[in-house]
Amino acid sequence: MLDSAHELLSLQEQGQLTATEIAQQAIAAIEASQPIHNAYTHVDAEAVLAQAQQIDQRRAAGEALGALAGVPVAVKDVLCTKDMPTTCSSRMLENFRPPYDATVVEKLRQADALIVGKTNMDEFAMGASTETSYFGLTKNPWDIERTPGGSSGGAAACVAAGTVPLSLGTDTGGSIRQPAAFCGITGLKPTYGRVSRYGLVAFASSLDQVGPLAWSAKDCALLQDVIAGFEPRDSTSLDVPTEACFAATQSADLRGMRVGLLRQSLDSEGVDAAAVQAVLDAAKVFTDLGAEIIDIDLPHRKYWVPTYYVIAPSEASSNLSRFDGAHYGHRAKDDNGNEINDLVSMYCKSRGEGFGDEVKRRIMLGTYALSEGYADEYYNKALKVRRLIRGDYDAAFNDVDLLLGPTTPTSAFKFGEKVDDPVQMYLCDLFTVGANLAGVPAMSLPAGFDQLNLPLGIHLHAPALQEARLCQAAAAFQTVTDFHRQRPSEPSSKS
Amino acid sequence: MSQYPFTTVIGLEVHVQLKTASKLFCGCSTEFGAPPNTHVCPLCLGLPGALPVINEKALELSALAGLALHCDLPPVTKWDRKQYFYPDLPKGYQTSQFDMPICADGFLEIEDPADANQTVRIGIIRAHLEEDAGKSMHDEVAGRADSRIDLNRCGTPLLEIVSEPDLRTAEQCVAFLTKLREMMVHLGVSDCEMQEGSLRVDANVNLHIDRNGEVIATPIVEIKNMNSFRNVAAALAYEVDRQYEEWETKGHTIKTHGKRTFGWDDGKQVTYPQREKEESADYRYFPCPDLLPVRLTEAQREKVRSMFTELPQQARERLQSQYDVTAYDADVIVSAGPEMLAYYDSVATACGDGKRASSWVQQDVMRSIKEQGISVDQFAISADQLAALIQCIIAGELANNRARDVFEHMLDKGVAMDQAMKDLGIEQVDDSEIESLVADLLSKNPRVVDDVKGGNAKAVGALIGQARKANPNANPQQVRELALKMIEQM
Ligand SMILES: [Zn+2]
Repeated sequence: MLDSAHELLSLQEQGQLTATEIAQQAIAAIEASQPIHNAYTHVDAEAVLAQAQQIDQRRAAGEALGALAGVPVAVKDVLCTKDMPTTCSSRMLENFRPPYDATVVEKLRQADALIVGKTNMDEFAMGASTETSYFGLTKNPWDIERTPGGSSGGAAACVAAGTVPLSLGTDTGGSIRQPAAFCGITGLKPTYGRVSRYGLVAFASSLDQVGPLAWSAKDCALLQDVIAGFEPRDSTSLDVPTEACFAATQSADLRGMRVGLLRQSLDSEGVDAAAVQAVLDAAKVFTDLGAEIIDIDLPHRKYWVPTYYVIAPSEASSNLSRFDGAHYGHRAKDDNGNEINDLVSMYCKSRGEGFGDEVKRRIMLGTYALSEGYADEYYNKALKVRRLIRGDYDAAFNDVDLLLGPTTPTSAFKFGEKVDDPVQMYLCDLFTVGANLAGVPAMSLPAGFDQLNLPLGIHLHAPALQEARLCQAAAAFQTVTDFHRQRPSEPSSKS
Repeated sequence: MSQYPFTTVIGLEVHVQLKTASKLFCGCSTEFGAPPNTHVCPLCLGLPGALPVINEKALELSALAGLALHCDLPPVTKWDRKQYFYPDLPKGYQTSQFDMPICADGFLEIEDPADANQTVRIGIIRAHLEEDAGKSMHDEVAGRADSRIDLNRCGTPLLEIVSEPDLRTAEQCVAFLTKLREMMVHLGVSDCEMQEGSLRVDANVNLHIDRNGEVIATPIVEIKNMNSFRNVAAALAYEVDRQYEEWETKGHTIKTHGKRTFGWDDGKQVTYPQREKEESADYRYFPCPDLLPVRLTEAQREKVRSMFTELPQQARERLQSQYDVTAYDADVIVSAGPEMLAYYDSVATACGDGKRASSWVQQDVMRSIKEQGISVDQFAISADQLAALIQCIIAGELANNRARDVFEHMLDKGVAMDQAMKDLGIEQVDDSEIESLVADLLSKNPRVVDDVKGGNAKAVGALIGQARKANPNANPQQVRELALKMIEQM
């Protein structure tokens, strides 16, 4: 029932369903799912019901309603909400309530969406499994012994568990697309600057981007149309007209579209045969839809992960300096429970207690990479490589309209499998970080299942500002495939 | 008395707070003296998710300062984060400009106080924009440390102007600062109020001692916390003696001790070493990813050029040639600031008599605003009204002292000139009325008549006071001329 946002909209318009009924169903679904999946860090059932009743009254009174009226949406807990906590799944912000809404949250409210709550994530969006959350693991609805991916693990799991049709995630190196792939849903990382970052708690400011997750490309497009657009409060926001993504999903005709197949990524070490097969099968589907498949390579691909793991921690080390216990957030006490009088001790202990291991690891990496005497060797060199990586995309998009490859080397992994081996965890971003480094939009969509019957995703890149093209191609793919219509069975373990 | 001759080498770092209504990266007010933490927003508070947006006015004022200092305005400037932890810096970094400042490579020429005919050119290495930090206030209350933070100042725009080490004496430093301040105030770049912290000076100083042909440099000392020009001079003079003695007694040189940071204790009139953490800090500068590099557009450059009208020295010269006032008068007017200069310009142009305008502005307007403790912008009598009053004097319709009565009445009652003249009963007195008045006076003062007839025309002056007593609106000039004429005919 809560699978399709655009269907919920038309059912309400036809009078077959009320916003109140939808809200009640969403709350019931969350109540059933939460003890199993722990996708949420905060849910406000009463507020959602009250809002839904208002929407019904306004509809009855003939008032004009927003583009997402009565549609439940979950928001990743890294986006500021003034009526709910914003924790970033960190002890540091356990009790933090921002006095303002993120721009994307404002836009959801203006669209009359029902914001049901905040979703769990890796602490400060650092991780690929949601295992670094201070508020416990989120379970993958396809197999509760496995991670939902990360960092937007809660954002993907809440959709896959059937609690909401839409959710907002953020993507710094693959944090929307990898969990979407692991949870068998569709996720879009828009062009850098397409969606305002105002009110997004920064991890790596030059890479972060907010984007939608949903079962289908159509629903992603619906949400993307609501959140996209120039905003003067974000200086990196792009002052260009937006393209209607949802309208673009109405055409399944891909004739004349050139799709570049990233064949070399299929040969990469550690890529599962089923993931390779899913991409090759998808290429066939695109051919059937009228597209032309062209083999293409992004020559600096092997530098993506090392470049990313210099730039992202460097920015993070700076962005997270503000969490020092002085003005807000966690402030440590001394052993007797009293205020610590010495400033440096207060800083050290507050940050020591407030941050988890992965966050500390990245702060240390970034601090090192920016230090005098090392910045040229690491940070500045990474900036140069980043320019080369962008150049690869520019060159590729001279020849093709889209790029096709796998989203992840494998399907969802088990808890504990990688969390103690940071390098293995960082390699989860093998195929996704390029889009963030280059600032181009990319999307993951369900395209198969492996031998464990776990979902696999394919990954599409488009040139900057071409979200509509991505949505069109993905929606076309979904008109002739049904991977996005598969649902996990009742909670179980497939080991 | 030092044994060996030495050269003092001084470079200054001057922070001026730009005269913008709002802060550098948010819309909060920059007003001074508001209750603590009332001019703050999520950005000033360092809340997560808040983002900076550049204040265009701060860019313009910085570029304007750059033009005045003969700087290049590079095509691109960018923002960098300077990172350190301190409670008055809630973000944990200061947004500043590291390697691409908005202004570079300029100079400021000063007259050498030791030789007025000698012009000294002081190089300006760079001027960069940055945000100010908040204010920490440390209280020792009842034996326990209590620190309070006021973030009102956090995020106000500062332009840091860095000179080459071209200054050789404390007096040159004061001349440099005086000229710089006048320029910045004149162009509207900054108020430069040291008491309010909108002008702050740090000095880097050392000595190059010539020991029988071998030049030995003493450690460079950066002196902070000098809150007046007088303190700058005193601190530098003290530091020069201290460095020489330190070298003489302890042998400290730049090779053994590098650079250190000292504060100035105004009470004790001494410099003292500050914590050494400053020198060892690694600020880990890197480009701020929340802000785009700035390219000043041609329209912006054109706007700045149009704001760059004339410098104080040019204004002084212009007043002398345009209005024929003395160098002294021109200096008084220009030194009173750009608002006063604009006021004077309007009065002088409108009344057509620069000298009279100068005397009225200096004596009456300046005295009056000083008494009221206001600025000329708030002065009740507009430049047009004052010009009209002066025109009445020029036309012979009002005597100077009677005009002063009108001026005072306008101020006291807050009325326009016409109303003031009416209130004081001033109107053009009928000629026949004056004639009968003078005839009456002549008949009552035969001695004056005799004196004038005896060749002493000045004796007629005695009548003028009596005439004005009888009728305050009698024009002295008219009374004088009429009396002389009537005596001649007697
Ligand atoms: Zn502010």
